[in-house]
Amino acid sequence: MNIKNLLKIAVRALVRNKLRAILTMLGIIIGVASVIAMLAIGEGSKKNIQDEMSSMGTNLIMIMPNMQMRGGVSLGASSSMALKMSDVETLRNEAVYLSAVSPQVSASGQVIYGNQNTQTTVHGVSEEYLDIRKLEIGSGRIFSSSEVRGMSKVCILGTTVVENLFGEGADPVGVTIRIKNLPFEVIGVLEDKGESGMGQDQDDLILAPYTTVQRRLAAIDYINGIYASAVSEEKSTAAADEVTEILRRTHKLKESDEDDFRIMSQSELLETVSSITDIMTYLLGAIAGISLLVGGIGIMNIMFVSVTERTREIGLRMSIGGRSRDILRQFLVESIIMSILGGALGVVFGYLIATAAGTLMGSPVVVTTQSVILAFAVCFVIGVFFGWYPARKAANLNPIDALRYE
Amino acid sequence: MDNSIIEIRQLRKDYHVGEVVVHALRGVDLQIKEGEFVAIMGMSGSGKSTMLNILGCLDQPTAGDYFLDGTNVNSMNRDELARLRNRKLGFVFQAYNLLPRTTALENVELPLFYNPRMKSKERLERAVLALEAVGLKERMGHMPNQLSGGQQQRVAIARSLVNDPVLILADEPTGNLDTRTSVEIMELFQSLNDKGRTIVFVTHEPDIAKFATRNVMFRDGRIQRENMVTDRLIASDVLLTLPVENIEEFEN
Repeated sequence: MNIKNLLKIAVRALVRNKLRAILTMLGIIIGVASVIAMLAIGEGSKKNIQDEMSSMGTNLIMIMPNMQMRGGVSLGASSSMALKMSDVETLRNEAVYLSAVSPQVSASGQVIYGNQNTQTTVHGVSEEYLDIRKLEIGSGRIFSSSEVRGMSKVCILGTTVVENLFGEGADPVGVTIRIKNLPFEVIGVLEDKGESGMGQDQDDLILAPYTTVQRRLAAIDYINGIYASAVSEEKSTAAADEVTEILRRTHKLKESDEDDFRIMSQSELLETVSSITDIMTYLLGAIAGISLLVGGIGIMNIMFVSVTERTREIGLRMSIGGRSRDILRQFLVESIIMSILGGALGVVFGYLIATAAGTLMGSPVVVTTQSVILAFAVCFVIGVFFGWYPARKAANLNPIDALRYE
Repeated sequence: MDNSIIEIRQLRKDYHVGEVVVHALRGVDLQIKEGEFVAIMGMSGSGKSTMLNILGCLDQPTAGDYFLDGTNVNSMNRDELARLRNRKLGFVFQAYNLLPRTTALENVELPLFYNPRMKSKERLERAVLALEAVGLKERMGHMPNQLSGGQQQRVAIARSLVNDPVLILADEPTGNLDTRTSVEIMELFQSLNDKGRTIVFVTHEPDIAKFATRNVMFRDGRIQRENMVTDRLIASDVLLTLPVENIEEFEN
């Protein structure tokens, strides 16, 4: 039988049983679509977690004073005066694995503009801080190093503060607000960062030069913490070790002394995150596996049933001169056509379902090429195999047995 | 022996049903000449259907020789048998075995699809001719469920004719039909036979067997009796004696 005849026979067989063909394809469509949608939703939430973590700055290293105990009474970490500005200078000069270092001095208090007021935290930092924390300026500018040196009363507002003082969407650059009764000029507004993964408002803050905050607002000579960037994500462990070494040396700690500071590097956090994403990956694999299994069994059943019920047709075709291989090729072509069509429609539907689910849940979905290829390939192979296998069984019968098949 | 289409010697066929061996054919010798119109008769279980299936190369004998149109069928493999069925045989079944939801024309065309040398133009021409020969040319666009039983069987006969076979085999072709329609089908067979077509059919109705030129009676897997039909019925004459019923019940 030539190709033209073969295609004609197969297409005729499909067209004359549109309902059966559509139902068979439906099995494939559902199989492919469910795998793609499940994987897209899973991949989306995995990516969501990763993005959130990297938005915090993957190279970030935080150095905090260690909890001080005096006579068994904890004085709290913030009361510690272990970190000084000189530590920042030393780290800037000596640490080779750090690319940027900023001190951090916090003061909280009332902020007033006109008849509006709000309670927030003022972070006194150096100009490198925005890079270290991956913060972006939405409008206005960052304070300069001369403003830091000169203890200028300038500040950058988070969007929540802007909202509370000026109303949503206002641009307060250039106006003067009062922080703890001191006038500060607003020179910039931060880009909206939204809630953190833990539900904390990351926009409810004010940044100001650390010198200003340290002397004028907090009136202290120590700093509350040091934020630094490791040169790269891979070097963050080395950087943490280096910081420990430098600070122990400059703090003149003896071998037996405990650190009077503690370092939280993002790499520790990343380890936690990667173990979470690993679990997500396994979970996704399991979901994909189960979806494929369910989809595959669906396809298998419908193919098997629809081919088996055509045993008599196979018998007739053999009795009028169809060779076993002609029959097999016909069923192969039919199942290939259905698997390709069903698979393609399944990809489209899977994509639509994933997109709809993403919109509904307000979380991103990621349709990966691998998931499309995986779903399509597995369903195609199952579809074609179970279109071919029962046909082969029938085509190997004696024509009379196939004809009499009930 | 020169013009014999079928030559069978000591044919045996055993079936294994569980532990039991059923001897369907216990040594049959049969010869059918070109242009004959043979009715194979017998009760159910006599082996007549088994005989026809073996004649049609749909089933293989356990032992014995079968020569069809001069070639030994026993030495052929499955593909050669399929080719043989495609080029030399035509089948008519009791249950018509038309493909559902397929037009009469496409059903008749079907055997020619398995002949790779057949061009689509010739395929169509021959299918139309075959439908014309059974008087259903104007219904070639109809689906089987739009046709009466007799018309469906005519389509099946057209399908068996389309490859210009040396032999037409029919298994109880009138088994599902009423008396008048049965006689009409026999009229069609008789006219085909008059044009030189060799036809072998199985029936258990003695009245229907009388339309053939020769009767072969099977009993318990053997030929019990073989005779030329002396009081042969001519279908067109018989039809005149039968009351005309509502034949045209399927207008369009």
